[in-house]
Amino acid sequence: MLRLPEFTLTRPESLDAALALLKEHGDAALPIAGGTDLVPNMKHGLFEPKMVVSLADVPELHGVEETADGGLRIGAMTTLASLAVHESVQRYPVLAQAASLIAGPQLREVGTLGGNVMLDTRCQWYNQTYFWRKALGYCLKKDGTECHVVKGGKKCVAAASNDTAPALMSLGAVLELAGPEGAREVTIDEFYVADGIVNRDVRQGELLVAVRIPAPAAGHRSAYGKLRTRGSIDFPLLGVACSFDLDAAGVIANADLVVTALQARPTRARKAIALLEGADTSGEGFEAVIAAVAAAARKQCHPLPNIPGDHEYRREMVPVYVTRTLRAALDEGGPVHHI
Amino acid sequence: MQNLRLNINGDSVEVGAPSHWTLCEVLRYRLGLTGTKQGCDKGDCGACTVLIDGRPVLSCIHLAALAEDKEVTTIEGLRPLHQAAGGEGCDPVQDSFDRCGALQCGFCQSGMILSAKALLDEVPVPTEEDARAALSGNLCRCTGYTQIFQAIERAACERAGLEPTKPAWAPESSEHEA
Ligand SMILES: Cc1cc2nc3c(=O)[nH]c(=O)nc-3n(C[C@H](O)[C@H](O)[C@H](O)COP(=O)(O)OP(=O)(O)OC[C@H]3O[C@@H](n4cnc5c(N)ncnc54)[C@H](O)[C@@H]3O)c2cc1C
Ligand code: SF4
Ligand code: FES
Ligand code: FES
Repeated sequence: MLRLPEFTLTRPESLDAALALLKEHGDAALPIAGGTDLVPNMKHGLFEPKMVVSLADVPELHGVEETADGGLRIGAMTTLASLAVHESVQRYPVLAQAASLIAGPQLREVGTLGGNVMLDTRCQWYNQTYFWRKALGYCLKKDGTECHVVKGGKKCVAAASNDTAPALMSLGAVLELAGPEGAREVTIDEFYVADGIVNRDVRQGELLVAVRIPAPAAGHRSAYGKLRTRGSIDFPLLGVACSFDLDAAGVIANADLVVTALQARPTRARKAIALLEGADTSGEGFEAVIAAVAAAARKQCHPLPNIPGDHEYRREMVPVYVTRTLRAALDEGGPVHHI
Repeated sequence: MQNLRLNINGDSVEVGAPSHWTLCEVLRYRLGLTGTKQGCDKGDCGACTVLIDGRPVLSCIHLAALAEDKEVTTIEGLRPLHQAAGGEGCDPVQDSFDRCGALQCGFCQSGMILSAKALLDEVPVPTEEDARAALSGNLCRCTGYTQIFQAIERAACERAGLEPTKPAWAPESSEHEA
């Protein structure tokens, strides 16, 4: 039995009221959306807020709407289950597919997009009970001074494990945040940083209000690939988001390839992207391009022994999943997922 | 301590519980509804599945207070709710699990039946793929799942007047039926 620490639960009914509570209680307060990440983490003693602020009744965080420029604005409280099947989201296969593969069905019913974007990084030395962590002498990310993944390391390298993050990065998403100093916008690329302790550029008392995605180009193609131990429930051992535009002649433009569950920040496979850009998918040489893209991604992506799953195996799966996900995007298929 | 007003299995109940209690804890340790199982207690196994407004949710990581103003259905509620709606005996999904012998130790069963119920309420005749996807958040350490999927198919087929494709070794009726 895992008990939660004692806290007071508040249910503000507007964004201003939620922000005021977070401001007033500072470090002692944490927002809760679906709670599917926060509750297990609190049960493990990783967070011990005195106040938990539920976002369930904050109307400003709900709803999905198409924007004037043909893009999409998705409220932070949109559940993963509804995101995966929402009609407008199907225009961005990589996002719908990533959402559909998160956790298991019950978790997608309550887990939200906002909570997913804000997901804590994960590590096999960290996502454990208090008792377990204490026996080990804790670690740098919480209560301790040492990293067990990189011996002598001064930086936490816990893995970014949120499936929508690479998908949203490949779509050029913008985050709308609101905080004590007012509203601001930040591209999701700038939002994630390579620090496993907190891999997000989020400020004290700030809430994610919505995620905006630009309109897809006419020839938009995208897909998500996910490696995990079982066909459901598990966090990614590897996640691959691939997106590009295909013109009438079958030539690729605006390519993007983002790989996650390696280290603290999802990795953009730059060399691989450069090889994809301008590639002619109808030509005979395209098979060789795919092979080169996969090899370049493998070269750049270095999974660490941070999450369960042998890291050398995870590395060998990088070219496999990049190849399959790329092909799926091209064929308007996907998601790439075993079982 | 706070007073929670919950709607459980069609009844509104008022119960005192601390804010940091989960729905699973309130059901089991305040209301005595121990049909909801506490397995991993951290969202991994599905044993604690209940329905909130008809959708399957993990009660071990759901704060009880966030279930206020919603309809909660636990395994204990299926039979009375079925009868209140004019039916006889158990809910057909329960009945089908019984007749197909879809359990061994039974620990996963409440969660399995509730996930199956949510599926069958949404999709009248699910494919085996639908059933596998819908139950993919419920782990069973005993059965190997075969009879569980058989039970779902049987419940769906009986309702739709179709012939199940699964092997006919399942008894037509069981002595527990009465
Ligand atoms: C068994 C299991 C398997 C899982 N598998 C996966 C998986 O495969 N892939 C995956 O990506 N995730 C997985 N998850 C994690 C989780 O279910 C999802 O990431 C989910 O989207 C989290 O959303 P939530 O609404 O429940 O977040 P919460 O738990 O409510 O919040 C998560 C964090 O975000 C903060 N937060 C939430 N909303 C906001 C907001 N609007 N503004 C600011 N901060 C906010 C919270 O304070 C908290 O720190 C899994 C969880 C479990 C228990
Ligand atoms: S990467 Fe190192 S510091 Fe970070 S959670 Fe894991 S063991 Fe702790
Ligand atoms: S007890 Fe809730 S998921 Fe295992
Ligand atoms: S019957 Fe024992 S866990 Fe399913």
